Amino acid sequence: MPAAGVFSLIWLLIALPLFGAAVLLLGGRRTNSWGPYLGVLTVVGSAVLAVLMLVAMMGHPAEERSVGQTLFTWVFADGFQADMAFQLDQLSMVFVLLITIVGSLIHIYSIGYMSHDADKRKFFGYLNLFVAAMLLLVLANNYLLLYVGWEGVGLASYLLIGFWQIKPTAAAAAKKAFIINRVGDVGLSLAIMVMFVTFGSVSFSDVFSQAGEASEGTLTAIGLLLLLAACGKSAQFPLQAWLLDAMEGPTPVSALIHAATMVTAGVYLIVRSNAVFDRAVWAAGAVVLIGLITIFMGAIIGSAKDDIKKSLAGSTMSQIGYMIFAAGLGPIGYVFAIFHLLTHGVFKAGLFLGAGSVMHGMKDNVNMRRYGALRGLMIVTFVTFMAGYLAIMGIPPFAGFWSKDEIIHAAFERSWVIGAAAILGAGITGFYMTRMIAMTFFGKARWEDDVHPHESPAVMTIPLVILAIGSTFLGMALLFWGNIETWLEPVVGFSSNPTPLSSTTLMAITLVVVLIGAFIGWRQYGSKPVPVDAPSGNWLTRAARRDLYGDLVNEVVVVRPSFTLARWLTWFDSSWIDGFVNGSAAFVGGASGRLRRTQSGFARSYALSMLGGAVLIVAALVLVRLS
Amino acid sequence: MNPANYIILSAILFSLGAIGVLVRRNAIIVFMSVELMLNAANLAFVAFARMNGNLDGQVAAFFVMVVAAAEVVVGLAIIVTIFRSRRSASIDEPNLLKY
Repeated sequence: MPAAGVFSLIWLLIALPLFGAAVLLLGGRRTNSWGPYLGVLTVVGSAVLAVLMLVAMMGHPAEERSVGQTLFTWVFADGFQADMAFQLDQLSMVFVLLITIVGSLIHIYSIGYMSHDADKRKFFGYLNLFVAAMLLLVLANNYLLLYVGWEGVGLASYLLIGFWQIKPTAAAAAKKAFIINRVGDVGLSLAIMVMFVTFGSVSFSDVFSQAGEASEGTLTAIGLLLLLAACGKSAQFPLQAWLLDAMEGPTPVSALIHAATMVTAGVYLIVRSNAVFDRAVWAAGAVVLIGLITIFMGAIIGSAKDDIKKSLAGSTMSQIGYMIFAAGLGPIGYVFAIFHLLTHGVFKAGLFLGAGSVMHGMKDNVNMRRYGALRGLMIVTFVTFMAGYLAIMGIPPFAGFWSKDEIIHAAFERSWVIGAAAILGAGITGFYMTRMIAMTFFGKARWEDDVHPHESPAVMTIPLVILAIGSTFLGMALLFWGNIETWLEPVVGFSSNPTPLSSTTLMAITLVVVLIGAFIGWRQYGSKPVPVDAPSGNWLTRAARRDLYGDLVNEVVVVRPSFTLARWLTWFDSSWIDGFVNGSAAFVGGASGRLRRTQSGFARSYALSMLGGAVLIVAALVLVRLS
Repeated sequence: MNPANYIILSAILFSLGAIGVLVRRNAIIVFMSVELMLNAANLAFVAFARMNGNLDGQVAAFFVMVVAAAEVVVGLAIIVTIFRSRRSASIDEPNLLKY
């Protein structure tokens, strides 16, 4: 359906934050005073526009809800065309709402969080750039334009992780995130190339309508390449190592980019490409496997970290693992992957912002072993954090309960083995989140001497309250009032299979496992005093503290071989290539140095050589004549 | 008389001239030897013209004479100039133009 009415402003959704970014980044110091507020305004403007579009979209019948808008032909070559064109359907809509609304809240929060930072104008410029790129990613109607947004969010992520680049760790983390993301991006670009070769087009509509005609091998290849891309962007095994280091960035960045939106782009990519994965069984199976591995990796890392942000980052990996896992289940899971993505986007943003609020009061200390007993001093932060805590564990009626329960249910529809694994993952979630709560808000105060914890200003707590309300009610709202299944069904398809156990039984089992996890967490960290210096722990704790040796594996598998290869190539270049080039030059130089000695300046020796030459020529002529 | 004898004489004269150019140091003598070589060539031209019964060789000989006359003018002028500046007519001494 062509864009009309409010939908003719789809371009403005992206243009507003892009304009903000341009003004802030090009305007220089002149915009220092009012720039951050402009940055907030543009994103809030996009959010208002998005809500208006949601209202307009709900007024249409389900099959007419997808609208397209073509601005101009972007790339045109013989047989290849890519338009600057947008597609706003039910799937894009929920993403646009998540990005703009959570983005607005985090922009507002950042006014308080970054108030003392000299470069906050640049910070808001980058944040705006990120929002624009992310909106482009979810609104694009072809893979090439999606790729632009995909790279744009990668760039914004790099800039924001390294925002405090004065710290070597932050600069290194930014580079690490960028480079690991490149690996995934290669997958996406190869997938786009394979699509073009196979279907002759890269637009969603063409690719999906012709997907049935391609061979299963081709579709599997496309699916695996898209999975590689998703692994890079969404920090899934084996490209997970960058997310934990990405916590070097300011906390609002961790909340917006590395928890709520950008890292979920991989889930969007897989769900958007459902037509491919539905026909490529092996690729979908790989998606499930990667999701499952990451659920446990993230959860185990999250259980061992003492850094509150890194613990949350492990939790993010794990929760995105749930989404990827659900997306791999096919039509029984796509809807719930997106459902969990939305609820997770809200409650994890709330948790991160809560962690930021705690850090704000604790002089930016992130070590949970130096927290404790903060519940009385940071009441708003504590209450909102608890809402996020109950939501992520999946305690009814909080948001995470509904979405995670649906994913576990969908897993049981496929097989009880992966369903049981998903339940076990939920149990570990209960453990590490209880550990975090207990170490931060309960127990005895273990603060450093000069720290005086205090509640954050209202500009920070109000977004926390709004996100806490979302963490509490969003699940019910989307499921019962928003009918997320029927809403997304026209785009991603939906089907449901019988499960071996009834859904009430499953719900009860999940809840019991989560509560057991929470109980173990409380027994270890809540009812016993927490030592200020971390005990050495068992082998699993030690491994998890080192990110399950993710860096070590990268070091051994990629970094060292690359260094060796580079060293060998340098040696080959300097000794063989340079040797050949320099050697030929030296040979010519030396030979001519000797040869010029014949230029002696004696006229008679020249005369002799002339005579000799003439005699030779005559002799040659005579010889030829005679023979 | 057999015209081949003139060719042999021409060759002898040419060789004498060439040896003169190579072994003598005095520029005037070298110059004279060059003239001897040129005239040896003239003799060969004329002899060949006689043997072949046409005038081409004789025409060439005239050209050589004209060119030799012009060359004598330029060459002697150079030799005189060098003698004035170096007080010597040796052709081995002016060897500055080298590597």
